[in-house]
Amino acid sequence: MTGNGARLRVDPIACDGRALCAEVLPELITLDDWGFPIIRDGDVPPGLRAGVAEAIRLCPRLALRLDRTGPRRPPGSGRA
Amino acid sequence: MSAVDSDQRGTDDAPVVRAGRLPRLLPQRPGGGPASWAEHLARHGAPPSAGWDERRRDELIAEVGRSGLTGRGGAGFPTARKLRAVAAGRDVPVVIANGTEGEPASAKDKVLLAREPHLVLDGAVLAAHLVGARQAFVVVHEAVREIVDAAAAERRRARCDRIRLKIRTGADRFVGGEASALVNWVGNGVPLPTATPPRVSEQGLDGFPTLVQNVETLAHLALIGRYGAEWFRSLGTPEEPGSMLVTLAGAVHRPGVYEAEIGQPVQQVLALAGGAAAPLGGLLIGGYFGTWADPDTAGLLPFSAAGLSAVGASPGAGLVAALPADSCGLAETARVARYLADESAGQCGPCVFGLDAIAGALEDLAAGRSFRPDLLRRWTAQVDGRGACHHPDGAVRMIRSALRVFGAEIDRHARGWCAGRRPAGVLPVPARVLR
Repeated sequence: MTGNGARLRVDPIACDGRALCAEVLPELITLDDWGFPIIRDGDVPPGLRAGVAEAIRLCPRLALRLDRTGPRRPPGSGRA
Repeated sequence: MSAVDSDQRGTDDAPVVRAGRLPRLLPQRPGGGPASWAEHLARHGAPPSAGWDERRRDELIAEVGRSGLTGRGGAGFPTARKLRAVAAGRDVPVVIANGTEGEPASAKDKVLLAREPHLVLDGAVLAAHLVGARQAFVVVHEAVREIVDAAAAERRRARCDRIRLKIRTGADRFVGGEASALVNWVGNGVPLPTATPPRVSEQGLDGFPTLVQNVETLAHLALIGRYGAEWFRSLGTPEEPGSMLVTLAGAVHRPGVYEAEIGQPVQQVLALAGGAAAPLGGLLIGGYFGTWADPDTAGLLPFSAAGLSAVGASPGAGLVAALPADSCGLAETARVARYLADESAGQCGPCVFGLDAIAGALEDLAAGRSFRPDLLRRWTAQVDGRGACHHPDGAVRMIRSALRVFGAEIDRHARGWCAGRRPAGVLPVPARVLR
């Protein structure tokens, strides 16, 4: 783990594929073949923090957030 | 643990389920049918929660840890770690026993609940005591609801539990057994997964820490509570102790639910059902989120996570489906892929659109209409890990394994040929009347 441990994450249930995020932050966000955002793995580089804030602010579905705990697959998130 | 030479009846200090022997969960009973409360007591003695003393909590959770018990619903998470996580919460937790078994090819949870409901209920009550819960929901498949209701009524009459048992019928859909979907179903009547975090172990039912545990796991827990970790470890491998229920389906002589020792060669597991009934072209191991494997290679491997990892598989929820060599693995896979796409909760774009596109490409490949394995590889990569739950991940895991194992069949289809001499249908896919 490098950097500040802050990762950009999308709530896939909230996301509707409006794709504004990929417009303002192409460095971290690409779109899949159906127009939904794929977020690059890893911590947000310090130089992109302003862009990340802008992408979060612009999302009409409020589906983006900065997660400081990093990704995790908790117990109980799968079939028990 | 002392040696015991009778497996007919037990006393408080002598296990009837002998160390190192099967069956543990599914004994033969004359006449079949569910074990009554009296029959259950005669075999196993009083429930492990009888005369419960709060001071036993930590000690017994540690015993579960030493037993090495892992979840039998498919994910294989260590049970003691889950118990500790839920017990550590500041709020009073709840327990949900997961007997929904939405997997169409699997029957082990239904069979367990239909034959030994009290073993599962013993485990649900014990789990509630272990995490400090006062109530346990037991969510079961509709097919066994009446049996479980009757067992719960027997227990109320016997006044044996200090935990309130609430029986519910699960929703009839594949994702209904996913932990967050199950919590959402019990709490809100909505059988759809929710976004994580928060984990259900932290904030689950009505915001309370929630232990979601498969019913077979709870049955093993009930036995560990009686007979101890050392007894449990007398079967299985040191890394993966114990036994597990398996559903053996497809081209075996006697398809059904059996109990296998973890680490037995896959061929021996299939032999429980009389072995292969035809030359085989593939084995689907684990479930519909599982892995296709070559039968000759996989047959010799130990039926354990470590053993099956050699072919990228794991025991999962215990399904082994045998595909006869004169069936088309691509057609079977396309059919299951379409089912899984239709069973998407419909909440996450990559799952809704991606699984539909993948199923379509597989249907084209199976029917010989088009040949685009490159698209399948691209789309499975794009869908993997991009849902709120593991539904898309599990589906593409199975589909990718089919593309590996049925490579020769893909080549055959590219030339207009097919190994299939029958319509696809070895793997069951429920007909949907309501949707």
